[in-house]
Amino acid sequence: MSTLSGEGYSVEFHDSDECVAISGTLRLGGLSEYAPLMDLLIQAMQQCRTLTLDLRELEFLNSSGIAALSKFVIRARDHDGCHLVIRGSSAVPWQGKSLNNLKRLMPSLELHFE
Amino acid sequence: MQEYGDIRELRHDKDTESLNLAFWPSSVPLQQRWRNNGLSADFLGDYVTTFFPLDENDPATRNRRAEIQGAVAFIANELLENAMKFHDHSLPEPITLHLNLEKERITLRETNGTDNATAERFQAFIEHVRESDPDTLYMETLENSATSGNTSGLGYLTMINDYGAELAWRFETLPSGGCRVTTQVTIQI
Repeated sequence: MSTLSGEGYSVEFHDSDECVAISGTLRLGGLSEYAPLMDLLIQAMQQCRTLTLDLRELEFLNSSGIAALSKFVIRARDHDGCHLVIRGSSAVPWQGKSLNNLKRLMPSLELHFE
Repeated sequence: MQEYGDIRELRHDKDTESLNLAFWPSSVPLQQRWRNNGLSADFLGDYVTTFFPLDENDPATRNRRAEIQGAVAFIANELLENAMKFHDHSLPEPITLHLNLEKERITLRETNGTDNATAERFQAFIEHVRESDPDTLYMETLENSATSGNTSGLGYLTMINDYGAELAWRFETLPSGGCRVTTQVTIQI
């Protein structure tokens, strides 16, 4: 298992489940501060046939985080053989608004709201 | 003075709630200030929930409250992050954030000082936003962020596209040089 954490957030990659769970509040200052998270996601993508991003517990994401997530989805779109699933929560208002844009970037993305 | 969109006269009557924040960013290092952006934004989001009481028999009230709380926190955080990034510390100007809650709308208005070159670049961005289709520009910015790493303006575009916000700006020349930039974000509730 790989993990990453900082004030108010944590990221866990469970390779046995092919799942990266991101939780808490993410408002890092610019794309460069999101680089460690990007590295973890790309590493997970290269190891998994189907990668699930579990965002249900991610309560807040700033626009730099939205940019980082979009950047990752575009990488996954352009990476042969990666099937990406995102699990969101309809109880977290930003997700209902902003996650659908990721589906537009990558039409094969499976987006599930619970 | 130059304006883009309608910077309104804000009401201060008995039907209007308001909050003001003002600070001088140079007094604390940026890293510590950045943390405060989140605290302030969360506070503003939590504050407005008081005015949207829950009705246990009507689940829609819970959703509406969460939507408004999330929108205010997101917008306030983006305004403060941008203010921190572009504020010119050498100017005798604080960063201010004003929240106005009326019956039908919430207004967040942020001011900061910038040098003239930064103000001109920002005006060029605003003109580009105003003459573009916001949805197309938003998706282009997401694509570009992947290739160039340039995410500039994504916060404003997210407010417009995902939160249905209406934005307006004012640029005022300061007697001491530089420019006071006002950004006004309005959401209908």
